[in-house]
Amino acid sequence: MLLIPCPWCGPRDESEFQYGGEAHKKRPADPAAADDRAWGQYLYHGHNPKGLYLERWRHAAGCRRWFNVARDTVSHEIVEVYAAGDLPRDAAARAVHAANWRRAEEDG
Amino acid sequence: MARRQPFRLAEGGAIDRRREVHFTFNGRRYKGHPGDTLASALLANGVHFIGRSFKYHRPRGIVAAGAEEPNALVQLGTGVRTEPNIRATEIALYDGLVAASQNVWPSLHFDAAALNQVFAGLFPAGFYYKTFMWPASQWPRYEWLIRRIAGLGQAPPGRDPDRYEKMHGHADLLIVGGGVAGLAAARAAAATGARIILAEEGADFGGQTLADGDQRIDGLPAADWVAATVAQLEAAPEVTLLRRTQVTAYHDHNYLTAVERVTDHLAGPPAHLPRQRLWKMRARQVVLATGAIERPLVFADNDRPGVMLAGAVRAYIRRHAVLPGREVVIFTNNDDAYRTALAVDDAGAKVAAIVDARPSPAGPLVAAARARGLPIHAGHVVVETRGRARVKGCAIMKLAADGQSVNGVARPINCDCIAMSGGWTPSVHLFSQSRGTLDWDADLAAFVPGTSRAEESSAGAAAGVFDLAEIAKQAARVGIERARASGHKGRPPAAPKAEASAEAPLMAIWQVPTSRRRAKRFVDFQNDVTAADIALAAREGYQSVEHVKRYTTTGMGTDQGRTSNVNALALLAAARDAEIPAVGTTTFRPPLAPVPIGAYAGRAVGPLFEPVRTTPMDAWQRAHGAAFEHVGQWMRAWYYPRAGETMAQAVARECRAARNTVGLLDASTLGKIDVKGPDAAEFLNRVYTNNWLKLPVGRARYGLMLGDDGMVKDDGVTARLAENHFHMTTTTGGAAAVLDWLEEWLQTEWPDLRVYLTSVTEQWAVASICGPKARDVLARLTDDIDLSPEALPHMAVTAGTVAGLPARVFRVSFTGELSFEINVPSRHGPALWTALMAAGAAFDITPYGTETMHVLRAEKGFIIVGQETDGSVSPNDLGMDWIVSKTKADFIGKRGLARADLARGGRKQLVGLLASDPAVVLPEGAQIVEAVTPQPPMAMIGHVTSSYHSVTCGRSIALALVADGRARIGETVSLPLADKTLTAEVTAPQFFDPEGARLDG
Repeated sequence: MLLIPCPWCGPRDESEFQYGGEAHKKRPADPAAADDRAWGQYLYHGHNPKGLYLERWRHAAGCRRWFNVARDTVSHEIVEVYAAGDLPRDAAARAVHAANWRRAEEDG
Repeated sequence: MARRQPFRLAEGGAIDRRREVHFTFNGRRYKGHPGDTLASALLANGVHFIGRSFKYHRPRGIVAAGAEEPNALVQLGTGVRTEPNIRATEIALYDGLVAASQNVWPSLHFDAAALNQVFAGLFPAGFYYKTFMWPASQWPRYEWLIRRIAGLGQAPPGRDPDRYEKMHGHADLLIVGGGVAGLAAARAAAATGARIILAEEGADFGGQTLADGDQRIDGLPAADWVAATVAQLEAAPEVTLLRRTQVTAYHDHNYLTAVERVTDHLAGPPAHLPRQRLWKMRARQVVLATGAIERPLVFADNDRPGVMLAGAVRAYIRRHAVLPGREVVIFTNNDDAYRTALAVDDAGAKVAAIVDARPSPAGPLVAAARARGLPIHAGHVVVETRGRARVKGCAIMKLAADGQSVNGVARPINCDCIAMSGGWTPSVHLFSQSRGTLDWDADLAAFVPGTSRAEESSAGAAAGVFDLAEIAKQAARVGIERARASGHKGRPPAAPKAEASAEAPLMAIWQVPTSRRRAKRFVDFQNDVTAADIALAAREGYQSVEHVKRYTTTGMGTDQGRTSNVNALALLAAARDAEIPAVGTTTFRPPLAPVPIGAYAGRAVGPLFEPVRTTPMDAWQRAHGAAFEHVGQWMRAWYYPRAGETMAQAVARECRAARNTVGLLDASTLGKIDVKGPDAAEFLNRVYTNNWLKLPVGRARYGLMLGDDGMVKDDGVTARLAENHFHMTTTTGGAAAVLDWLEEWLQTEWPDLRVYLTSVTEQWAVASICGPKARDVLARLTDDIDLSPEALPHMAVTAGTVAGLPARVFRVSFTGELSFEINVPSRHGPALWTALMAAGAAFDITPYGTETMHVLRAEKGFIIVGQETDGSVSPNDLGMDWIVSKTKADFIGKRGLARADLARGGRKQLVGLLASDPAVVLPEGAQIVEAVTPQPPMAMIGHVTSSYHSVTCGRSIALALVADGRARIGETVSLPLADKTLTAEVTAPQFFDPEGARLDG
């Protein structure tokens, strides 16, 4: 059972939280303009790294706020928690954000 | 009449000689003392033969003195309190205890399956996969036989009558194990003021040191130092000592679970105490002082009752004042077992021989034994044992220089106990669960903790430290380090000082040669796995230790191979001609030891298993004989049978009332979300498929919510109460999920929208009055609401007073009839309900339940999300394109609907089905095929989603999802069932009033 530091309520047991999958996934600004591939990438494709991962959690049994977590999927170490919409401050987490294949898609 | 205890020593031991405790084993009465375990009390009475082994049904006895016991599993207690597979070594004796052997049939001493020994050739490694596989048709018979023979105890015949509780523990430092290492760590850490939990699995602190008995710590006899330290810790305000508490799992982020056996050791437990407590502990830091487990030696017929671990033998002598035998052979490859020889000698029993595999043992312990004139046979091994229900003797031979064979003549030695020691294995199970990696220590011939992955350290024997002086020092250092790491400062006391005892290294000998070809050398006693089985598995090509475990079953079962794992690994390594570290270990998985399901369940059993939600009208419904059904956590009135009515009759009567006069439904469970804010309309416009910006105040609209994949997610009616205020309704089951879904969009995708969502499901009681007379009934209860169709048309909403209560009235219909949904604050629900029943009496108002509601809506072809949909159904599939806006730029699901897959032919579409026989109600879920073939498979084109008898239509009706269904209207399809095939005609999914003429009443 992970101990997750909710940015609003402090460290709480994982059982109080709901998992929300990959963070920083952008819904295409104009869905109608997105081709099937881009829409499929948004809807169905995930990033599933071994190591540091940026993901979303919601404190479902507490403040009900969504926030982001940088967690190592091997060691479960939580490197950072930060607000939805923000970028992580931790250098390694920033590198993971930049290296995500979605960034190239978004630019292209 | 219970017998005296012939093997009880006259003095010593931590037992209370003044009191006697009576117990029953296999129907015979015995006596013991408080402080005994069932195992020590049986040994005191000379009982070694406890049960029979798993495969061969060989007689088996007590091997160990603690949680590692592989053999002495008993059925404890009787009736509903009986529990199988309990280790006799862990059962604290109490007055009136009843236990019995398991795995014996029909009895311990006459066991039919002992014939298995004769047919032992049938049970090689992997015998399950070999012997019983052919012919396959015989498997049911084999299974019956295997289950009968394998035994493994009886499940209780009824509900567990005991109470279990859960506790949450929060600690700066959790110390697992209360031996000298755990105590020294706790003593050092306590000085910093850290909050400490120290969990010891046994009833007493002190661990192996209590059995060793000869050592001094800080100038005191070890037992006195232990008592003084425990007293000191008990007095410390931030220290919690837990006895009889076994930590069984080490999870992520230092979350550990433990089971505290609160009253298992008491004859008549006080009513206020639970039987066991499941501790869920979160610790900043952990010290694992879990000790070590002695390894058996793998020699010929090493499983006879009376063959025990050397450390256990001296534990029984020193802790329980019990002699496991009067003539004891010590068989060892190390110095430590000499402590047992000295203990046996101290107790006045005969050390028949010390058989030491090492050619020239030396060291202080060896010298002490020699000085007493105890017979030491250096460079010898035990090559066979004699006896059946109890070992009677053994033979020893000289070990050849290569360690692989023996030479000379076998010399017989009489004995009634063999104390064996193959060295000690640190208990690294919890460390390994914490994802720490193990290192092979060649000197100890065991795995020791290597690299930690969690915030923990191992201390004492668990860390591979065996000298008491070193243990005290190392554990105190680890304790203070971990306390500091948890954020506490403070000066620790000086580490405890003990005398060092130099021990010569052991000589690893994984398989003792034997002169007898047919003799079995057991590796895993619990699973009857021999050295030959492991060699066979290797010869058959099993390389991975995980495969060998499953193929041979070594290391499985309730002891999870505590005594057998290292021996098995070493044998596999030898067979593969590999190094032991290259073979690796099997994965240590939680729980470490069996945990009763009751402990996991705690108080969440029976009515407390899950919360039950009831509506404000629940009491009235119960008083009026309603039958209820579960809808999620809700209990909803299902139908209201009158005396002598069947469910079908009651539903037919309720349907007639709702269609012909007036019916009343409790709709309080509808999900209700209050949507407020300047951007509320824009928000709804994005989450629903249709248009919401222009909805006037005082009007409601039906809305369909999709996922972004275009699939139907939920539906409901939402009303505009004010410019920036909406009242949203959702399905009963979807209420929480919809709120979460909407919140997620607001918080993560559209944080710029000023919208506030509040669940108000339980704030409103809702009575839905329905039928041609609904308006007449309601008119009697309100004088400030104009109910005329002009003032309050279909899909209008208004506020006013109903039955003197403040109410919101929604003119919406889920039945096709004139309906009003009257919302009042929850506390007024019963008053509203009784007022409506009274006002409707003149029209024979009829309360109806969810079943009638389902029938009425199905007659109209109204869907229920989750019944007509399953997450793969689009609005078009449901024939509901009319509700999907073509003009909005975007809404959730719009892009998803544009995928090619949603436009292709062959998608399943909602249709009606009329069974060819109108009296037949098609089973819901029945598969629909185009053509029936004599054998499956048949092409499946759909399934029945809803199906009822409709009194309105005078026949059965059904809704179904059928591939290209709308194009099949008029066709006949088949529904093959187990015993017959039904046929039905495909129709439009409306069976009654398709033009909606009845809405205005």
